[in-house]
Amino acid sequence: MSEILTETERRSNKSPLSGVSFDGSAPLLEVEDLEVEFHTRDGIAHAVNNVSFTLREGETLGILGESGCGKSVTAQAIMGILDTPPAKVTGGQVRYRGVDLLQLEEKTRRHIRANKIAIIFQDALSSLNPVFTVGWQLGELYRKHAGASRAQAKSKAVELLDLVGIPGAPARINSFPHQFSGGMRQRVMIAMALALEPDIIIADEPTTALDVTVQAQVMTLLSDLQREMRLGLILITHDMGVVADVADKICVMYAGHAVERADVYEIYERPAHPYTKALLESIPRVDQKGQDLTVIKGLPPALVDPPPGCSFHPRCAFARDRCTTDEPPLYEVPGNRLSACHYWEEVLES
Amino acid sequence: MGRYVARRLVQFIPVILGTLFLLHVLSVLTIQIVGDPVRALFGENAPPEAILEQLRANYNLDDDCLEQTGNPCVRLFVDRLAQYASGDFGINFRGRSVAELFVERFPVTVRLTVIALVFETVVGIFLGVMAGLRKDKLVDNFVRFSTVLLIAFPVFVFGTLAQLFIGLELGLPLRDSERAPEWLGQMLTVTYNPEFPWLSLMLPGLVLGAFSLAAIARLTRTSLIENLRSDYVRTARAKGLTSSRTVGVHTLRNSLIPVVTYIGIDIGLLLGGALVTEGIFNIPGVGQLVFLAIQANDTPVILGVVTILTVVFLVANLLVDILYAALDPRIRYE
Repeated sequence: MSEILTETERRSNKSPLSGVSFDGSAPLLEVEDLEVEFHTRDGIAHAVNNVSFTLREGETLGILGESGCGKSVTAQAIMGILDTPPAKVTGGQVRYRGVDLLQLEEKTRRHIRANKIAIIFQDALSSLNPVFTVGWQLGELYRKHAGASRAQAKSKAVELLDLVGIPGAPARINSFPHQFSGGMRQRVMIAMALALEPDIIIADEPTTALDVTVQAQVMTLLSDLQREMRLGLILITHDMGVVADVADKICVMYAGHAVERADVYEIYERPAHPYTKALLESIPRVDQKGQDLTVIKGLPPALVDPPPGCSFHPRCAFARDRCTTDEPPLYEVPGNRLSACHYWEEVLES
Repeated sequence: MGRYVARRLVQFIPVILGTLFLLHVLSVLTIQIVGDPVRALFGENAPPEAILEQLRANYNLDDDCLEQTGNPCVRLFVDRLAQYASGDFGINFRGRSVAELFVERFPVTVRLTVIALVFETVVGIFLGVMAGLRKDKLVDNFVRFSTVLLIAFPVFVFGTLAQLFIGLELGLPLRDSERAPEWLGQMLTVTYNPEFPWLSLMLPGLVLGAFSLAAIARLTRTSLIENLRSDYVRTARAKGLTSSRTVGVHTLRNSLIPVVTYIGIDIGLLLGGALVTEGIFNIPGVGQLVFLAIQANDTPVILGVVTILTVVFLVANLLVDILYAALDPRIRYE
């Protein structure tokens, strides 16, 4: 992969960021107390509240949660591609190698995208531009960021498609997105994210739109590439199975809050937050075939008007009076874990 | 792309034949129901039957099928097609070649249509983009309000008002003035002036294009706003492209696809609308030719000119179809 960019291009590609002093010893990505609001007609929706996590080289962080819990908003806030308005980052820091990206000017920050942090979206068909060939869309990155000529960009697009396992790459670069199958299109998205050799890839539900066998292929490709290139990978999903396979650490989100953070083994073995526990129990199991599926009763709260106290209390089996008034902080749980539940000890033991 | 163009060209043949046949049936039906146009030429006078016979023969109106209401007169249609193919569009009731009349007047109408088309496309897309990029801001509100106003005004009202206030009140003092440049006075004209074949068509052209300008501006605005929200524009931003590239390359091209379709249809609308505008500003174009021919019940002229305009319209649509495919690859591979 590293031979894709020549040395001169690497230099010209880095130059727009030469004024920014990155600290090589700082963690790859630190998100601290990130807050995002949406200004809607019904009021202010608190989509992300005080979310923090750290990502190091070669590490995979799974962000888990149901639709609307703020996972994708977190990803887009890190990338700086939220639609503002209605969205607004109202607090916190997003530090890449010690530099707070939220403080950078847009003309500098745009060079972080694709060069340092890249993102893979869920629906590759709608996320690729329908009127340009795949080769053109891949090559654009080299032309605009590395000053490559059209011919150079084209040959690199071919290498990229090869890398992500698309057969017949030299011919396929002239195809349009709608001429690919779903799995192949998602591979194109992965190729696009890898193009400029970023340090971090955020995969926002990368396999949700695919059928199960293709899901497995795409996930395998993604985690192989991650290991080879020692990428920091943030995997956003609602699929507990996918996270269990590849993630090292997990951050569970509910109603815009990070409610539990822990290593993957511990979370699956002994969850410390009632929401995580309920999620794990709701996975259908073959040995319970024929019985009713366990579900989490109720619906996630409206972000415009969240319930007082712990936002999970209306659906929580462990809830007491205190939960309706006191918003739980992130308690430190033994084993280097965090849980936003007043009664985490009870949850651990149950 | 080549195959798509070839297929479109093959499809073009039945379309044009069918359209011409419909036109033919309509004209034949008119004669069958309204009566013999040659006889109508003489009004209350009763000319000798021999003269009538001779005239009918001259205008190909002597076929028996014209007396049988509902008969499509296929043989006449075939004859007419053969005539058209050799460039012969018949003669009018005063003995002049319809083709010649048309060629004389067509350049004026083309100039008028081109002015309207360029004006509505350039200004319409520009306004649409400005409004779309600044949704709900001042520019957007201005564009939305003024376009509704333009759409609400019928061309004949708008044209007459423009003629009165711009052409007369504003333009007349300028034309009389020694100091004002001549081109300015001629541009704000009341009527067509053959000495200034482009300038004096400016005001009528703007009037003609005003309605479509509003339509194009609104279409561009809506389409742009919709595309700006699309996933692939989000991808473009995630690629770290500049915002001008994100909008100019990744959004605009997709947004213009419906606009191009509209412009294709609009070429036909403009040719039709030219009839009214040419009437108001006294422009000796094709519209006026048809207008006068209808008044004089000059069937050969009506039929000949409408046929040519139909062909022009169909060819314009063919070109738009091809342009459409060039813009949107999904069309090419259906």
